[in-house]
Amino acid sequence: MGELRLMKGNEAVAEAAIRAGADGYFGYPITPQSEVMEYLMAEKPHERTGMVVLQAESELAAINMVYGGAACGKKVMTSSSSPGISLMQEGISYIAGAELPCLLVNVVRGGPGLGTIQPAQSDYFQAVKGGGHGDYRLITLAPASVQEMSDFVKLGFELAFKYRNPVMILSDGAIGQMMEKVELFDPVPRSKEILPWATTGKTPDRERNIITSLDLDPKRQEDFNLKLQKKYGEIEEKEVRYEKIQCDDAEYLFVAYGTSSRVVQKAVQLARSRGIKVGLFRPITLWPFPSKEIFAMTGQVKGILSVEMSAGQMVEDIRLAVKGKIKVDYYGRMGGIIPTPDEVVEMLEKKIIGG
Amino acid sequence: MTEEIIIAGFGGQGVLSMGKILCYSGVMEGKEVSWMPSYGPEMRGGTANVTVIISDERISSPILNTYDTAIILNQQSMDKFEKTVKPGGMLIYDGNGITRHPERKDITIFRVDAAEEAARMKSNKVFNMIVLGGFLKIKPLLKMENVHRGLEKSLPERYHHLIQLNEEAIKRGMEIIQEVYQPA
Repeated sequence: MGELRLMKGNEAVAEAAIRAGADGYFGYPITPQSEVMEYLMAEKPHERTGMVVLQAESELAAINMVYGGAACGKKVMTSSSSPGISLMQEGISYIAGAELPCLLVNVVRGGPGLGTIQPAQSDYFQAVKGGGHGDYRLITLAPASVQEMSDFVKLGFELAFKYRNPVMILSDGAIGQMMEKVELFDPVPRSKEILPWATTGKTPDRERNIITSLDLDPKRQEDFNLKLQKKYGEIEEKEVRYEKIQCDDAEYLFVAYGTSSRVVQKAVQLARSRGIKVGLFRPITLWPFPSKEIFAMTGQVKGILSVEMSAGQMVEDIRLAVKGKIKVDYYGRMGGIIPTPDEVVEMLEKKIIGG
Repeated sequence: MTEEIIIAGFGGQGVLSMGKILCYSGVMEGKEVSWMPSYGPEMRGGTANVTVIISDERISSPILNTYDTAIILNQQSMDKFEKTVKPGGMLIYDGNGITRHPERKDITIFRVDAAEEAARMKSNKVFNMIVLGGFLKIKPLLKMENVHRGLEKSLPERYHHLIQLNEEAIKRGMEIIQEVYQPA
């Protein structure tokens, strides 16, 4: 068993980054995720593993440092919260277009604009539909506990390098700020391998490696896009992750991720104590979205309620997944307010069972 | 066993660190725990509160609107959280600065005058540990050896010489807590 600690979600991300053998972290502080860099600075990983931790002058600088580090084949990451992630979108699109691996952590706060520092899930569209320009996808992991904040750093880097694609951990202020028990994974050393595509300086025995997202030739640009789409198709085939809780005998279904899924677990207990057979389907990858698995539930359940801390974003993907076969509705709160289990059960009764 | 607790008071009273020590002690005892603070501008000088859950099972929602136990350390928190205690639950408060004492008739109420006792111990900083002692006396969820280990884990090593003082404060809290109301 790994080392047990009581940690904040943000701290777990930082410790996991060091343990995962990350080469570099570049960031700019913003509530509610500043503990990521605070922890890294205090922990001095440059003394522990040689990992670089740098506070950039802005989010734009941070994401472009990530771009540079990733182009050299290094295991690099950044973290921020909603307004900061918006600032990074140009860089994220470039990184996706250049097919580079990296880890991005968004500890979401309420928006739009500067919004609030309290937790929200209103960056779902931005993460899974592409907040930047162009036909690209981010593998998007949604942790629901501090444990998963740690585990998904390791998983995120693995997926990023496997597919040469940026991976986003889409968390929120509640999971970032809360403390839970974490079993830390054993540290892996930083990789010394020089990846064949990395721009580490040309040697006489090979051609130049070029990392770019620019190609002005329409034919080659389309071919490149088709290649990207093929890769995304493979990811959709192989990397869907989800958890089903009390779904075996369920007549109704909640779908929720992250903090909402924790509230909904309590709502499931509450509803079942009142004789309502309801289960929880928790997407762990938001892209690729578990569409097939949700569609498979339509033979069993009579209706689905999506519970989100947004105006209803994931509900669109659920509707696409069920293809109109059963009723799908949404309930959520915004502005940093977290729905309560009682509200959630009441809305299930009103919108799905009664509706 | 699942115990859902709100600890609320002024920023600087050690509300969050008391919750953290309680949680770490729970981890040492092999329990599932969660610690969910109010965060943001209110932390500095205003009110601070933290939801602590200790359980034998996987914890569902870390955010709650009713609690088994409310530990209340100032008047604003009394106004906000007295009503959130589940019927049959428990409220512990420090009488210092309280102008409106708890009025619920369906919960058990305890008083632990920790501010006064901390002054007597000539250490304001152990205030929260006196309160923790009071709580652990009424709800002996955790073994003292695990509380000791929780303190070791929660406090940076440079403060480890203070663990003994903290444990002394916990014992004092256990001695001075008093029941003030029990429903019939």
